[in-house]
Amino acid sequence: MDFNHTEDRRMLQDTLARYVREQYSHDVRMDVAQSDNGYSTDHYNALCELGIAGALLPESVGGFGGAGHDLAVVFEQLGRGLVVEPFLASAVLGARLLSTLAADTQADLITAAIDGSKKLAFAHAETDSRYELNRVAATATSGADGWELSGHKVLALNADSADVLLVSARTAGDVDSETGISVFLIDPKTAGVEIKSYPTVDGYRAADVVLNGAKADAILGSAGDAYAAIESSVAAGVVALCAEALGAMEVCKETTLEYLQTRKQFGVPIGKFQALQHRMVDVLIEIEQARSAVINAAGNLEADRRTRERHVSAAKNLIGRAARLVAEESIQMHGGIAMTWEYSLPHYAKRLIMLDHLLGDTDHHLERFIRFSR
Amino acid sequence: MDLNYNTQENAFRNEVRAFIQNDVPQALRDKVSAQKPLTKAEMESYHAALNARGWLAQSWPEEYGGCNWDAVQKHIFDEECAAAGCPRIIPFGVNMLGPVLLKFGDEAQRRHFLPRILDGTDWWCQGYSEPGAGSDLASLKTRAVRDGNHYVVNGQKTWTTLGQHADWIFCLVRTSTEGKPQSGISFLLIDMKTPGIEVRPIKLLDGTAEVNEIFFDNVIVPPENLVGEENMGWTYAKYLLTHERTGIAGVGFAMNNLDHLKTIATAHKKNGRPLIEDPLFAARIANVEIDLEAMKTTNLRVVAAAGEGAPGAESSMLKIKGTVIRQEINDLLRRALGPAAVPYVEEYFADSFDDELPVPDYAMPIASHYFNERKISIYGGSNEIQRGIISKMILGL
Repeated sequence: MDFNHTEDRRMLQDTLARYVREQYSHDVRMDVAQSDNGYSTDHYNALCELGIAGALLPESVGGFGGAGHDLAVVFEQLGRGLVVEPFLASAVLGARLLSTLAADTQADLITAAIDGSKKLAFAHAETDSRYELNRVAATATSGADGWELSGHKVLALNADSADVLLVSARTAGDVDSETGISVFLIDPKTAGVEIKSYPTVDGYRAADVVLNGAKADAILGSAGDAYAAIESSVAAGVVALCAEALGAMEVCKETTLEYLQTRKQFGVPIGKFQALQHRMVDVLIEIEQARSAVINAAGNLEADRRTRERHVSAAKNLIGRAARLVAEESIQMHGGIAMTWEYSLPHYAKRLIMLDHLLGDTDHHLERFIRFSR
Repeated sequence: MDLNYNTQENAFRNEVRAFIQNDVPQALRDKVSAQKPLTKAEMESYHAALNARGWLAQSWPEEYGGCNWDAVQKHIFDEECAAAGCPRIIPFGVNMLGPVLLKFGDEAQRRHFLPRILDGTDWWCQGYSEPGAGSDLASLKTRAVRDGNHYVVNGQKTWTTLGQHADWIFCLVRTSTEGKPQSGISFLLIDMKTPGIEVRPIKLLDGTAEVNEIFFDNVIVPPENLVGEENMGWTYAKYLLTHERTGIAGVGFAMNNLDHLKTIATAHKKNGRPLIEDPLFAARIANVEIDLEAMKTTNLRVVAAAGEGAPGAESSMLKIKGTVIRQEINDLLRRALGPAAVPYVEEYFADSFDDELPVPDYAMPIASHYFNERKISIYGGSNEIQRGIISKMILGL
């Protein structure tokens, strides 16, 4: 039993924390979030040079981490800065899927994702799939020219600025069957691909990817067998999001606590009022529970499927609840100032609430927890 | 970061399991699991079994007969015992008074009282709360006046758990009205057989009588029964309250009750199918199970951080969240039974009952237990008092 991070992870944590503190102020974040790509290539490259993407992938594919606790350390710090650069889209979802399905044939592309020279995006969800990973209606057909894809993918994170798209499509089976799903590499500029980009409520970037007979550059792994890899890659994505939420919650706590100590009403700091003290204590307790949930999920990311998915879903459920409490209570305890765009706190609150809509919400993961507990 | 127990810790866990298997009778554990009240003799037999193994005084130094476990060992023991349905250790002598005597008592007190706690000669109870001093404990009024060669104690204590069995009581008494209320309190040991002491049971909402009122009418106490210095009792009481808090989250009890809940929710039907398959009820169970999974890790993090010392204000977090989780499970246990939770057959709780019941016998104590355990968010400093402690000690508000 040991709850301390290894020396390597502590160094990684310190390096990233310093970068966020010194190079990535809230004003910088708000500026880059509203730039063309929705993030800054300079910051992305600088962070890749610090080894942030490499820390998210195992040595077997050229990284130097990739374990659940590596993801947790990195994304907690990214969450503290509300960092918008596409590490989740490219270095977690995209690169992990590549590594799991086609480490040998796609080694160069994985290397490019680690050094930041190429960015990946994963287009999987569809209009009617909600959070169900197995519901894939997009189709891929094999012809003389190789695989051609048709379908409509929604909310593909950072797909508008990706160099390579990983797109799921059905090559066999019913629309909700776990078998018959394949993942393809597609050049976003190829004929038959339309990218409809939009900002998200919380300041990030996503896109719909509409495919009309778009030609794939490659199929990853053997046809129809991609579901397990999608599920385990999404599990890693959930750990990343949970840790990101934890970092954002910690900042909400610190900001709110400072406000309680400085804002005066009725002649005293409002933190002297028991009604607010007790709310703040509940926020603290739920954040500690959230940290435990992240530890549990991260520590079980390499476990067998049932154990992994049970802990991952437990974490996403608990963090969905905790994040909502922290976001809402932080705004309430601040009062009017937290309703303004100028102030940093509400942007953290927005991220915390909207995180629940990514990779499965509180209810979705509660159902999965029940299923994987049986 | 490693969520696994190491080899030594796993070996220790096996020792604890073997002890439970060999030295704690199944009948006794069944009675605890059935949530029936234990007799004094049964509670004493469990202490005797632990003492024979050298495991009763888990935080005392070996010199005084303790085994000096670290926080992780205590946690493993608590978890295994609760999961196996062992009785709880009656804390008043071994876990409350013992550490205070070790830290603040004199050698004569330690040599006299500590062995008697271990071998069961003395059953201790705790004289803290008064009718006018609950959460505001420092406002207590029971007075001890120095009269020649002894103290004369007058006043009333209340909520005295298992005081009906006690040979001795450790009391917070007022020895001065000067200065702040906290500064005039002393820590006094009183023989329950002293003339002038009267014990009156308080019947609780579930029909049990585990707490008492204790009246003191000109009770004579020799001066050597004062612990430490006069008027320093508040310091000793605070030390006592922060001691022995590794088990405060009650994770073992919660795990045991969650298993019980799943068993009952499997046995009872809704729409002809096991209740546990009902999406609404399954979601209620899953929510609390997810909270408990995180709580286990939160508890271990606090335990591991404390190392060989005692956790500080963090234990207040464990108390709040732990009791909320346990009370939620109690609520679900009651609801899982549906109509079967309603009948109350008082005789069932007596030892010799073997009559027919209108419902399965596991159903009988569930609602009563739900009511009884409303106490856990009240005693030992209510959850609101704990929030006050966290607010001051951790948040600095």
